[in-house]
Amino acid sequence: MKSERIAAIVGVAESDLGKTPNKNVLQLQAQAAKAALDDAGLTKDDVDALFTAGNWAWAPNLMLAEYLGLNTKYMDSTNIGGSSFEAHVGHAMAGIQAGLFNVALITYGSTNRTNPMKPTSQAPLTAQYEQPYGLPGTVGSYALAAMRHMHQYGTTSEQLAEIAVATRKWATLNERAYKREPIEISDVLNSRYIAEPLHLLDCCLVTDGGGAVIVASKEVVSRTKKRPVWILGHGEANSHNTITNMPDLTVTSARESGQRAFEMAGVARAEIDVAEIYDSFTITVLLTLEALGFCEPGEGGAFVSGQRTAPEGSFPMNTNGGGLSYCHPGMYGIFLLIEAVRQLRGECEMRQVNDAELALVHGTGGVLSSTSTVILGRD
Amino acid sequence: MVQKIPKPIYDEESRPFWDGLNNGELLIQHCNSCRENIFYPRSICPHCFSEEIQWSKASGNGRIYSYTVVHQAFGPYKEEVPFIVGIIDLDEGVRMMTRIIGERDQIAIDKQVSVVYQQIDNDFVLPYFRLV
Repeated sequence: MKSERIAAIVGVAESDLGKTPNKNVLQLQAQAAKAALDDAGLTKDDVDALFTAGNWAWAPNLMLAEYLGLNTKYMDSTNIGGSSFEAHVGHAMAGIQAGLFNVALITYGSTNRTNPMKPTSQAPLTAQYEQPYGLPGTVGSYALAAMRHMHQYGTTSEQLAEIAVATRKWATLNERAYKREPIEISDVLNSRYIAEPLHLLDCCLVTDGGGAVIVASKEVVSRTKKRPVWILGHGEANSHNTITNMPDLTVTSARESGQRAFEMAGVARAEIDVAEIYDSFTITVLLTLEALGFCEPGEGGAFVSGQRTAPEGSFPMNTNGGGLSYCHPGMYGIFLLIEAVRQLRGECEMRQVNDAELALVHGTGGVLSSTSTVILGRD
Repeated sequence: MVQKIPKPIYDEESRPFWDGLNNGELLIQHCNSCRENIFYPRSICPHCFSEEIQWSKASGNGRIYSYTVVHQAFGPYKEEVPFIVGIIDLDEGVRMMTRIIGERDQIAIDKQVSVVYQQIDNDFVLPYFRLV
């Protein structure tokens, strides 16, 4: 493991989750930001950089900064979909290393359940070559990838269901999880098809919710409340925007972003104690495990079999219950970071992974379009 | 009110493609500099950044790279389910999304398909594909 310490995550928090019909996206972000600063033992006045991503305003950072009463030295609104917040963590570390700021507030808020996006009547720019065919954009794209993986490697719906079942087991241990009743593989297979081969229970939830993460420089870390969770490695990559233009439907750019993160951190895959991997769909996880090198291409199905990623399994993954069972308001990436930090601090009670020292956090954005990998560790 | 299929916003780059379909032609682009074929239409070659791009007529033949049967759709597509959306590798080496026409049980990855011009509106044709 590399010994240099540049920046750490020092505060994390969620807002209200699930259904929040009486709250808007600014309220959710304010609630999470205040709680994350409290968690860090810092105040509003310590924040000198603001990161957010969303499509709820033409310039979300400006609206949020004004609402929160922040005038920061630095802003970043990188939006590469659900992996944006892993990217923000990497960018915050880079900014801190460059001496541009000391404390970055990263936030997210969405009322995706209460105010779902409406279908559009026009298909502009590159959307005109896909949208007219009626593919339900996100789930349909992941279904195309799953179908190809099954064709190429013989991956089965049962193997994908292993992921949904294992993730639900973690959710039963998390009182903030939206879906907590245990499910079995047959439940996944018997749930209705959304887009073949993906069933309803292969798909993430649609919830409201927000979160916040505070990244601080090494100097600031000495005066924060809890033990720091160091950012050891970060990698980012993208391979396409529209699913038609994904070069290989079975290989995500996690291959590149993961490689970069592992190299920067100087850790081996076998050293990772807990993995928080974006699970918009079961297939997302399977493709990511392969691309990150936890198993060979095509072996993802075998890797997740036998409930390997469940609480009793040998590869603890998505320990909060994931986007599949805990919470998924559209861009889930920030919640992966929050859970990884809590695991490394030993705050997870019933779902705590014993002696977790190193965590891998991996966000996937768009339709398998962008990836960002973060490796976190404690002293 | 019946919601219509989202219509492309024709612009300088895309109009020849859509006009071609109205004339029963599936047009792609060819880069005269690096000799790669290109789809969707662009004003610059994504392989070599050349602007020496010309339109060329595709054979309309290809293979299914992947497909899905859609059981839950939105807006104007809601009542159409189930329907099949696929990605086709054209013989010319470019990919496009499409609707695949045919019996569910006959559709499979790697099967050969050819283009069918599907009239959507009086001036709006989509290239669907069917098994050959």
